[in-house]
Amino acid sequence: MAYKILEKEEIAPSVHRMIIDAPDIAKAAKAGQFIILRIDERGERVPLTIADFEKETGKVAIIFQEMGKSTKQLAKLSAGDFLEDFVGPLGNPADVRKLGTVILVGGGVGVAPIYPQAKAYRSAGNKVISIIGARNKDLLLLEEEMREASSELYIATDDGSKGQHGFVTDILKKILDSGEKVARVVIVGPPIMMKVGTGVASPYDVEIIVSLNSIMVDGTGMCGGCRVMVDGETKFTCIDGPEFDARKVDFVQLMNRLAMYRGEEAKAVEKYEEECRCGLH
Amino acid sequence: MEELHEEKQGKAKKERTPMPEQPAEERIKNFSEVALGYSKEDALAEASRCLSCKDPKCVEGCPVNVDIPGFIKLVSEENFEEAIEKIKATNTLPAICGRVCPQETQCEALCVLGKKGQPVAIGRLERFCADYEREKGVKDPEAMTPTGKKVAVVGSGPAGLTAAADLAKLGHKVTIFESLHKAGGVLSYGIPEFRLPKEIVRQELEYIKKLGVEVKPNYIIGRIKTLDELCDDFDAVFLGTGAGLPNFMGIEGENLNGVYSANEFLTRVNLMKAYDPEYDTMVRHGKHVLVVGGGNVAMDAARSALRLGAEEVSIVYRRGEDEMPARREEIEHAKEEGIIFRLLTNPVHILGDEKFNVTGVECIKMELGEADKSGRRSPVPVEGSEFLVPADVVVIAIGTSPNPIIFKGSEGLEQNKRGTVVADEETGATSKCGVFAGGDVVTGAATVISAMGAGKKSAKAIDEYLKEK
Ligand SMILES: Cc1cc2nc3c(=O)[nH]c(=O)nc-3n(C[C@H](O)[C@H](O)[C@H](O)COP(=O)(O)OP(=O)(O)OC[C@H]3O[C@@H](n4cnc5c(N)ncnc54)[C@H](O)[C@@H]3O)c2cc1C
Ligand code: SF4
Ligand code: FES
Repeated sequence: MAYKILEKEEIAPSVHRMIIDAPDIAKAAKAGQFIILRIDERGERVPLTIADFEKETGKVAIIFQEMGKSTKQLAKLSAGDFLEDFVGPLGNPADVRKLGTVILVGGGVGVAPIYPQAKAYRSAGNKVISIIGARNKDLLLLEEEMREASSELYIATDDGSKGQHGFVTDILKKILDSGEKVARVVIVGPPIMMKVGTGVASPYDVEIIVSLNSIMVDGTGMCGGCRVMVDGETKFTCIDGPEFDARKVDFVQLMNRLAMYRGEEAKAVEKYEEECRCGLH
Repeated sequence: MEELHEEKQGKAKKERTPMPEQPAEERIKNFSEVALGYSKEDALAEASRCLSCKDPKCVEGCPVNVDIPGFIKLVSEENFEEAIEKIKATNTLPAICGRVCPQETQCEALCVLGKKGQPVAIGRLERFCADYEREKGVKDPEAMTPTGKKVAVVGSGPAGLTAAADLAKLGHKVTIFESLHKAGGVLSYGIPEFRLPKEIVRQELEYIKKLGVEVKPNYIIGRIKTLDELCDDFDAVFLGTGAGLPNFMGIEGENLNGVYSANEFLTRVNLMKAYDPEYDTMVRHGKHVLVVGGGNVAMDAARSALRLGAEEVSIVYRRGEDEMPARREEIEHAKEEGIIFRLLTNPVHILGDEKFNVTGVECIKMELGEADKSGRRSPVPVEGSEFLVPADVVVIAIGTSPNPIIFKGSEGLEQNKRGTVVADEETGATSKCGVFAGGDVVTGAATVISAMGAGKKSAKAIDEYLKEK
């Protein structure tokens, strides 16, 4: 099997958007779900959230940041190239219903997964307040798209180069303090941001949902590599999630488990970059 | 002269022809097949031991009733072509079954020679015939007259592959849907290369494709399409989705880094070839590895860990060696390779360091208690016998359950408490019209041959169902 890359664009430094021709997945996909891809026979299985999809054209968009060896290699591909495997939609769809006001918080590449959710919550009849952030203005993703998809959009950058100087969680707190009746807060991004965001929102009478990004192999419940502790019980992110009630998630364990292969990953990147310098790739 | 000849033959009959193998000290450094296969001479010598019983007990022990004395006689006549034909009349995957079937509890358990001495090495002869055929080149199947009926097969393990092959031979148009990127089920992701070379699985798949079967990998039923939608698109559906959801023990420390389910560990090593530096797959190469369980899965995980370079690998099992469900041969091979067996032992608690890495397992000694109603003596912990086994990788191989993903978004498929699908033993018919099921998804984790047998029965039943439809 091979899946064609239809478009590729660098939307921020080292952050890329790719559009893949995957009609079966596009037809079945819902906001909040993810895919797993493999670049070639020797590649890892890489999970990525579905950033957008179009049933009519069969297109599925993914957005990724160059981090490990696989994403660096992925970034080298262009429109017209093929991926060996592209499987999905995986995970349970986001629980999108008409609730009233929903705050969506996305940080870094975590903005990509909240974009389809913003659209879905909006078309379900909710008031969607989105808060997006990044380290600086160059790294801020999907500002225009998010503005269009949301009822209100707030921006935070760590260095103040755009929007509010500070973190998305600061804005979250401000909105929750403003007395506006909010039904749900959805937070997607680096685990530390989800943990802090959950801490900020917890004292308020509001539902808090996070979408977890565990290490995965199959994405179908077969390996248990994606296990997380939720409410004192072991759950599999890929079949029980990826969305969970944030108040019940053991974020420390999540972060620890995500660090499992950090050493190996660093070595793989080093080896790959060395090979690139030697013109092997 | 006469006497001498008889004596020689008599002696030959007593002793089984040994299987040529890679020596233990060599093979623990590679992932190549351990058992090298009989030569023609070995096969002839072994075949000559068979008594061609009038009422062959061995056949009763075979879940698909291969005509064992029949094929062995053909082997002894050096008619290997017909011998393999005879096996394939009832066993679709002989190269695989000859390697992984638990013969010692099936055909070979009942062989009359086993009463006084060693039974005929039926599995090794089966493998020899299948390998002979493969080396010579398998004939392409003849074209069938299409019936115009479409059947969906979900899952490409032995159950699905067999059902698909048989249905295609009857002229039905078969599509296999497989959630992983590679077909074969446990044969591809679970059983290691050193026991079942993936080239054999690949060739079986090639053959099935030549029968006109379409294989769609990366296609998850329950996610891309529901079972209900499949029922609308196809005239019948066969579910061979296996029992792929790993069970954990629920003890403290089980989520520490370095603790794997056997499925994850073996998938990384086998399917994704973590042992090959050319592949990007990550897996922890432990120095001290502890595997929990006593089945084939535990043996495979332990022996894989050893081949990844572990200094010490031990298997922790709560009962005794005789109760171990693994194939005898795998237990023997594991011992030869230096795997430590900690029997009548159970893990109680997994320990880790401040970086969340596993450092060891606290175990407790077990003893066999009073016999229960079924007469089985279950192990009970010996108080105060706790001890620590240092480990930087722990693999949990205590069983699996059916994967619930297939049931998502569809209705009317009856399951029992353990999550398995309720299906008729003879036909595989389920509570849902036009849906048949077989293999581990019905029985819970079992064997390749029972999955294959179920696929065969269902193919026949589906064919009849389609005729009546
Ligand atoms: C490590 C290991 C070693 C073993 N060793 C032996 C041995 O030596 N001898 C022996 O006889 N048995 C052995 N077994 C058991 C044997 O492999 C199984 O009993 C047998 O493979 C079951 O076959 P199956 O076709 O029912 O399922 P499987 O082989 O499990 O195949 C099921 C397939 O269905 C796919 N699937 C599941 N859900 C979906 C879905 N929703 N959509 C699409 N596809 C889906 C899965 O990805 C999988 O490929 C071993 C098992 C393991 C794990
Ligand atoms: S029982 Fe043993 S000796 Fe008799 S036919 Fe079977 S394999 Fe041959
Ligand atoms: S990724 Fe394997 S069980 Fe979730």
